[in-house]
Amino acid sequence: MRAVQHLIDLLAGRCETATLSARDWEGVIGVARGEAMLAALAHRLEDAPLPAPVAALFFDARAAGAVATKQALWEAEMARRALASERIEFILLKGTAYAAAGLSCAAGRQIGDLDILVPVHDIGRAENELLEAGWEWVKSDPYDDAYYRDHMHELPPLIHKTRDRMIDVHHTILPQTHRTTPDPLALVTDAVMTESGFAVLAHADMACHSAAHLLADGDMQGGLRNLWDFHCLTRDFVAADPDFWGRLDARADKHGLRAVVHRAARLARDVFGAALPGDWDRRDPRDRWFMRRLLARDDWGRAGDFALRQAFYIRSHWLRMPPQLLARHLWTKWRRRGAR
Amino acid sequence: MRHSTRITVGPVRFRIGSDWRAPIAALETLYADYPGDPVRPADATVRLFAARPWRRWLRPSVHIGGDFIVPDALPLPLSMGLLAAEMGMNLQVALGWRRHLLLHASAAARDGRSVLMSGISGSGKSTLAALLGESGWRLMGDEFTMIDPGSGDALAFPRAVSLKNEAIGEMAARVDAARLGPLLSGTPKGDIQHLIPRPEAVAAMHEPARPALLLFPRFGDAAAIERIGEGEAFVRLTEASTNYTALGEAGFGALTRLVRTVPAFGISYPDSAAGLALVEELWAEAVS
Repeated sequence: MRAVQHLIDLLAGRCETATLSARDWEGVIGVARGEAMLAALAHRLEDAPLPAPVAALFFDARAAGAVATKQALWEAEMARRALASERIEFILLKGTAYAAAGLSCAAGRQIGDLDILVPVHDIGRAENELLEAGWEWVKSDPYDDAYYRDHMHELPPLIHKTRDRMIDVHHTILPQTHRTTPDPLALVTDAVMTESGFAVLAHADMACHSAAHLLADGDMQGGLRNLWDFHCLTRDFVAADPDFWGRLDARADKHGLRAVVHRAARLARDVFGAALPGDWDRRDPRDRWFMRRLLARDDWGRAGDFALRQAFYIRSHWLRMPPQLLARHLWTKWRRRGAR
Repeated sequence: MRHSTRITVGPVRFRIGSDWRAPIAALETLYADYPGDPVRPADATVRLFAARPWRRWLRPSVHIGGDFIVPDALPLPLSMGLLAAEMGMNLQVALGWRRHLLLHASAAARDGRSVLMSGISGSGKSTLAALLGESGWRLMGDEFTMIDPGSGDALAFPRAVSLKNEAIGEMAARVDAARLGPLLSGTPKGDIQHLIPRPEAVAAMHEPARPALLLFPRFGDAAAIERIGEGEAFVRLTEASTNYTALGEAGFGALTRLVRTVPAFGISYPDSAAGLALVEELWAEAVS
């Protein structure tokens, strides 16, 4: 069987660890690393019987994951201190938010940048405060800089000069030019405070953002991890609130993300065996392509299916920009490539 | 991948895949006498591949990939496939290994204790370790030494020693030719030839050795010894470690313990004989 199939079967609990051979395991480890999910898998199989070398490697992965989570939360604390003097409130997004809220998908989840959401009217002040606190612009290119400011949903990325960590300051969750424009005011208004003292999105918004991040923003690179987030989030939220699916439906409607959230739910069902209520439990022949994209990794951990990946890359641009803007953007990028 | 092999070096088991047979064959020769471990899955994956299908035959150039990659790393010609494999293996350990604190340092052991030698490329740390390995010491590694955060012990990573330039002649004069790999000339790092460690060193690769002496060698100047304080040794070793930051508190604990319990010296030496004599002299003091 393919290593990526083993990986999703192990995560879904469809497969006994004892049935895997040494060769199977190294395929699984390679693919899990490729998808940045080794520590997540290590947590999922913490109590499963494992060959000793795999158990040792998973122990390392969990320990490294715990350090990385701590560092990510420290970075959030640094942002809080930088923004506190001007009383700028922010909401944690994605990995750091899951960790701050103690959600199950945070176990072993790789966290790259610190993502925060700031009300749009505070974005200029937030940028100033962060610059004063030691963050610097990464993009020195004026076109890229202007592009971010005019069309994106976030400031140009900032990196801290001594800690070397990146922060993405969002004012909404999808690019301004995207075909779908969620309601940022609703996101901010309904945010909730965690015990750790950081604000995070309300449950339904969090699931909406997770789905949007997976399917509407980008070319689905790292999609398996994002789908795992969505799966764990919805599973836990439903366990705590039987009406969650209905609430999620209403909220997705409000943000214009109904189709996106439903597709994420169907993919969570098809990949990880999520249980869906009747009105969510549908079939869509196009899901097949998303499935294939999610599982496009060979037994050596290489990204496979070049044509399909290209197609999703083009799709990501198509979703993100109206045709005129896209044409201008590609023209500028192409000319600059020629000049280099 | 089309061709593959598996190698265990110290605590790490590698899976190396390649689009060509030659680098795999070269590895299998160098590592023929390392303990096989067929039922153990690999911890790390290295991939040697052609960026475009036709580059497998047409001016074949080897790209280095794996679990971890360095973006924009330049490919090597197929004649240097063995070097590409070595670089790929180093890369996976440097960026992926989390069980131990990883030091960019060579090491040798005697009577269950070890000397660690850290320095930049050209400092002679590799050559010194190789020379020690031929003079009654157990070679633990010429590139990486791992410190176990729990026990403070040093663990060996005795890959085939990568001899460079003048060191090649120096060692070739002392060892059986059967222990030398093919000469790779004109690589980005100059001439390279690999030396297979002595069988005893390979057989003992899982045996930890408590660090007793920490050296920062510098090849070229007149023989001299300079005592290095705990603080400076600490800072130098954080720079010599690829996973110090990622290990967090465990890395800090392992490194402070090392510099507090082990005397550190900078040594300069004009030639191998003088270098070896300095190591022996400081070793005698350290273990007495």
